[in-house]
Amino acid sequence: MESIQFRKPETVDEAVKLLQGADGDARILAGGTDLLVQLRAHMIDPGVIVDIKSIAETRELTKNDDGSYTIGAAVAGAEAHERDDITADWPGVIEAWDLIGSTQIQGRASLGGNLCNASPAGDSVPAMVAAGMTANIAGPDGRRTLPVEKITAGPGKTNLKKGEFIVSFNLPAKPSNGGDAYLRLIPRTEMDIAVVGCGAALTLDESGTVTSAKISLGAVAATVLVVEDAAKAIIGTKLEPEAMSALDAACQAACNPIDDKRGTVEYRTKVAGVLGRRVVSIAANRAGKN
Amino acid sequence: MAKHHISMTLNGEPTEFLCSTRQTLLDVLRDELNLTGSKEGCASGDCGACSVMVDDRLVCSCLVLGAECDGKTVESIEGMADGENLHPLQQKFLEEAALQCGICTPGVLVAAKALLEKNNNPTETEVRYWLAGNLCRCTGYDKIVRAVMSTAADMRGDAK
Ligand SMILES: Cc1cc2nc3c(=O)[nH]c(=O)nc-3n(C[C@H](O)[C@H](O)[C@H](O)COP(=O)(O)OP(=O)(O)OC[C@H]3O[C@@H](n4cnc5c(N)ncnc54)[C@H](O)[C@@H]3O)c2cc1C
Repeated sequence: MESIQFRKPETVDEAVKLLQGADGDARILAGGTDLLVQLRAHMIDPGVIVDIKSIAETRELTKNDDGSYTIGAAVAGAEAHERDDITADWPGVIEAWDLIGSTQIQGRASLGGNLCNASPAGDSVPAMVAAGMTANIAGPDGRRTLPVEKITAGPGKTNLKKGEFIVSFNLPAKPSNGGDAYLRLIPRTEMDIAVVGCGAALTLDESGTVTSAKISLGAVAATVLVVEDAAKAIIGTKLEPEAMSALDAACQAACNPIDDKRGTVEYRTKVAGVLGRRVVSIAANRAGKN
Repeated sequence: MAKHHISMTLNGEPTEFLCSTRQTLLDVLRDELNLTGSKEGCASGDCGACSVMVDDRLVCSCLVLGAECDGKTVESIEGMADGENLHPLQQKFLEEAALQCGICTPGVLVAAKALLEKNNNPTETEVRYWLAGNLCRCTGYDKIVRAVMSTAADMRGDAK
């Protein structure tokens, strides 16, 4: 049994070679808060674990000259939370990331891990999608970039090919009059898995009319959803009651959830509409304040 | 497969050990280095009884591999007292009986120390959220939270 290799490459190329050359399952290790739990539960049996944290690019969080951010795939939530710039520009992304686990989990939990673990309930994912984030992927054929919503293929599955991994994410510059937000419903106040999660990012013009919007739902389908009809329902409006009702209905219509101990299909669907309204209100409030 | 030869700084001392890939930092502390202060409660990151600092970050040592720790600086509960002198949090937990069975206590202390180093004047809500990943099945938390708040006040030198 027991012969998992452990490798700690210092360059992206070296990591790709290790992943590509591995026979059997090769697993990336970022913060390990999913991986180690799965390893111990014998849910996975990798031949090699590739710790990417010695690759500088995976560990840097940089604000670029154009106001956008490059977020290393293995940056921990606690590190991002301590940064005033990104917290002010994209509070929704940060609040979603910050919801992942306890202080101890925050010391390790990464966006790359949350996304590639591919739980339908991953909290950071709808917020990343709403904010228009893209993933920088390295692999045997070089680099490519994919929108975050194109990464997961289903519970526990990603669209990454053998030898590929996410090196970092791009987060666009915050638009002027832009705001974002994330909310989830859990049965407790801390440390639980989302029944529904909803992220929204939008921009307003001077009159308060919504000029663009992206709304994303988590935990109500096999993968994260982009709810285009919800965005359409509010673009061009000032979020009047009719617009909010249309948004609510669009969120509900997009749902295709499971029934489990945390919530029935009916409950999850209803909550998706409620969270859609609340998240959009918060994002609009934030957009109006800058 | 050959074991990994790891060198790290543990509670201020250079420390070397051998481990297999599957061994967590908690396994290494307890089974290889005989430091049994860090407890294994759940082994899945939920209970916080194994809390330690790695490079100044609070983490669950059950969710860190020993092999990851080469070159790292680790602080465990064993490094908290200065010889016979207890850390103010340890002293206060004794005085105020902020523990019963004691299994969660090492993790709570390590986590509380990390909080007070970041924020010497936390609100009760901040203390409760910070410690949400440290489960105690005995005390009901009130005594723990009060002891942390009153240690913080002492350390700031507030008048009683
Ligand atoms: C107590 C506890 C509470 C939790 N609470 C929450 C919660 O509230 N909400 C939530 O969403 N999650 C929660 N989680 C799950 C977990 O903490 C998150 O999913 C976290 O973001 C995973 O990040 P990581 O860096 O630890 O990933 P890892 O465990 O290192 O990796 C996770 C998976 O992704 C793969 N992977 C990692 N990085 C990359 C990459 N760059 N490229 C390709 N593949 C990669 C790994 O191979 C692995 O399969 C919790 C976990 C625990 C233990």
